[in-house]
Amino acid sequence: MSGGHAHTLHIHGHSVAHRMAPHLKVAALGIFVVAVVATPARAVPAFGVYAILLGTVAAVSGVPVRFIVRRMVIEVPFLLFAVLLPFVGSAPYLSLGGLRVSEAGLLAAWTIVAKGSCGVVASILLAATTEVPEILTGLQRLRVPAPLVAIAGFMVRYLEVIAGELSRMRVAMAARGYEARFLWQAKVLATSAGALFIRSYERGERVYLAMVSRGYTGTMPVFAAQGVTRRDYVQAFALPAIAVVVALAGWVVVA
Amino acid sequence: MHIPDGFINGVTSAGAGVVAAGGLTAALRQAGARLKDRHIPLAGLVAAFVFVLQMLNFPVLPGMSGHLLGGALAAILMGPSVGIVVVSVVVIIQALLFADGGVSALGLNVINMAVVTTLVGWFVFRAIRIPLRPTRRSVLVATFVAATVSVAASAGAFVLEYAMGGVGGIDISTVSLLMIGVHVLIGLGEAAITVGVVGAVLSTRPDLVYGAADLAGDATRSTVSNRRFVGVAVVVAVALLGLATIASANPDGLEWVAARVGLAGSAQESAVASSPVAGYEVTGSGAFGTVLAGALGLGVTFGVGYGLLRLFRRRSTTKPAVPRSAR
Amino acid sequence: MTPSVAVADLTFSYPGGHRALDGIDLTVQAGERVAVFGPNGAGKTTFVLHLNGIHRPERGTVSIEGIELDDNTVMEIRRRVGLVFQDPDDQLFMPTVRQDVAFGPANFGIKGDELDERVAEALDMVGMIDAIDRAPHHLSLGERRRVAIATVIASQPEILILDEPSSNLDPASRREVADILKGLDVTILLVTHDLPYALELCERAVIMNGGRLVADGGTAEILSDARLMAANRLELPFGFDPRTVRR
Repeated sequence: MSGGHAHTLHIHGHSVAHRMAPHLKVAALGIFVVAVVATPARAVPAFGVYAILLGTVAAVSGVPVRFIVRRMVIEVPFLLFAVLLPFVGSAPYLSLGGLRVSEAGLLAAWTIVAKGSCGVVASILLAATTEVPEILTGLQRLRVPAPLVAIAGFMVRYLEVIAGELSRMRVAMAARGYEARFLWQAKVLATSAGALFIRSYERGERVYLAMVSRGYTGTMPVFAAQGVTRRDYVQAFALPAIAVVVALAGWVVVA
Repeated sequence: MHIPDGFINGVTSAGAGVVAAGGLTAALRQAGARLKDRHIPLAGLVAAFVFVLQMLNFPVLPGMSGHLLGGALAAILMGPSVGIVVVSVVVIIQALLFADGGVSALGLNVINMAVVTTLVGWFVFRAIRIPLRPTRRSVLVATFVAATVSVAASAGAFVLEYAMGGVGGIDISTVSLLMIGVHVLIGLGEAAITVGVVGAVLSTRPDLVYGAADLAGDATRSTVSNRRFVGVAVVVAVALLGLATIASANPDGLEWVAARVGLAGSAQESAVASSPVAGYEVTGSGAFGTVLAGALGLGVTFGVGYGLLRLFRRRSTTKPAVPRSAR
Repeated sequence: MTPSVAVADLTFSYPGGHRALDGIDLTVQAGERVAVFGPNGAGKTTFVLHLNGIHRPERGTVSIEGIELDDNTVMEIRRRVGLVFQDPDDQLFMPTVRQDVAFGPANFGIKGDELDERVAEALDMVGMIDAIDRAPHHLSLGERRRVAIATVIASQPEILILDEPSSNLDPASRREVADILKGLDVTILLVTHDLPYALELCERAVIMNGGRLVADGGTAEILSDARLMAANRLELPFGFDPRTVRR
């Protein structure tokens, strides 16, 4: 994954999904994904239902299809693996359009593509409807330990700063005629990575000074959280609940 | 490699989630006081650094590239417990924000990329430094080996997870060969970068390298003696060997456990039914038994790992901390 | 009248032994605006970090509005002394502008509606109220500078210390920051290499060199003293004549 900038992860909007409390969204995502993964791969129509659920969320939230497809590029490595499976898989074999493919491999490929894609699209939708700071607040509310959330906050904040420093270094190197094409040329890159670490670390120290100067005494201040009503719960968990039902139905049908 | 949803079955993923949560909690507690106060922004910045570094791809085979994992690097620079926390944060945010790695596979990814790499990297680093004199070169040699092994171990963990609950359809030995083979190559790339970074930091700010504090001649810090380390290492090795022996010598042992616990015969979908992996052979008792035993094994390993972390705890005096960069 | 800042015989060495400050005496009255000049490595930043208690003097005292700096008073002193660092990215560390500006007052015990009011007021004063829910890395440098100032003034400090506030700013942003500072009713210490800026904003200036205060007087007078300037590696920018500038 490269070049993922925070602001291209989010689609601005005011839909139900956008306004929903972030911790509910994260929990909903979790439930949905678990349902998908627990669904037997042979229950093919179930995945059709999941696709419809995801499509509904996307439509209601105003997230364009092109945006989703573009971000699905992250899937490509395991899609490639999936494509290979029918050809390198084990017996028994089927004949498919003149080709000999492994039945188990075919099923496995389908499993990977279907479940993996559902998971990816669901994550994309979360990021599209929830700003990063909110996701962090949501995690905190879900009882993720405070140090983890705080570290994640700083990490996300400084990601682009550090990435910017790295790209400036690479530009400087390129300007001096350097191009890393082979493993041993990685040494120069590695040295600049070392310099980048020191810069990052020293910035971390300065950030701490700035925090102390503004009264930080060791615990991050807590900002008031959004109130949640029963209606919010219903809205958040309606679709995941459908997914759970579908997953169970899938087991009944397949068994 | 970031495992997506659907690659590994739900039960294994859940078990991995439990183990990962346990490992992460142990690391948090171990890092303890170091993760209050000044080290939180520092850890965040280092996490950003690891994240950015992971975006650098390097070629390993024609048409195939790998990227840095960073566990060994994090351990050597910041110590194993903080290292685990830092890389875990990277992995978690990658899954939630960038859809890189499935949400259901978060436990697996945290184990493979944050916990195994960091612990193994640190372990190997420490082990290799024992017989060598405390010089810059020995640190870098240890770094190189540690980074390579850490990546191979990560691949090994993946193979184990795949054996337990993988989507199947492919021979487990083929998977092992592919995964570990490619990851040894990736490990070499990772080792090169890790050595580069550690070397560069040692040159300019040696005080920032946790694993080389003795080089900086920093008398206020003390490390666990080598003897203790070797003692613990022997215990760990014996435990792991014992586990493996029991498993392979008595393949029915796992089934026996499963049967006793009443899990035999559960007819869940399993892709592992006939995979020839020693010690994890399951015939008829279903995936659940395997997963349980596997989880137990991992649990033991992490219990030992936690013990290791406690032993490696550094006793450092607190120093007033105004960075040179801000003077 | 209790001076805003009273520093007496301030001496400080870093752990490595390097003596950074050597017996500094400085008194600043409420409402004064003092520029701090000096070559790099003179100790300006080290000095400034004593004024909000990040460093403690090895010898000598630091008093802010009559309160002497020690372990018990350091939080109160930090509330009264706002320090704006050189790199805004170092002080905009929260996910949103709102949280960054709220960070200071929240640490000093302000909560709820009062906190929201402080945040809005501070952002208003720097003209960045529209950015309240944006992430800091989406702002331009000038905007980040202004928000950084807001994060500090939100705690309503009596004394404002700024480290190179005009560096790397385009002329328009420079003007905006100057206007903001002129509009604030605080004591100001301005560490800067930007001599015209210092002349515009500060009626008094001190020169620090080698850990000591080597000059203290009116800004125009100091800038016009060629020998003094040269002795401290200070130089007037091309075409700038402090004597012809009307403040």
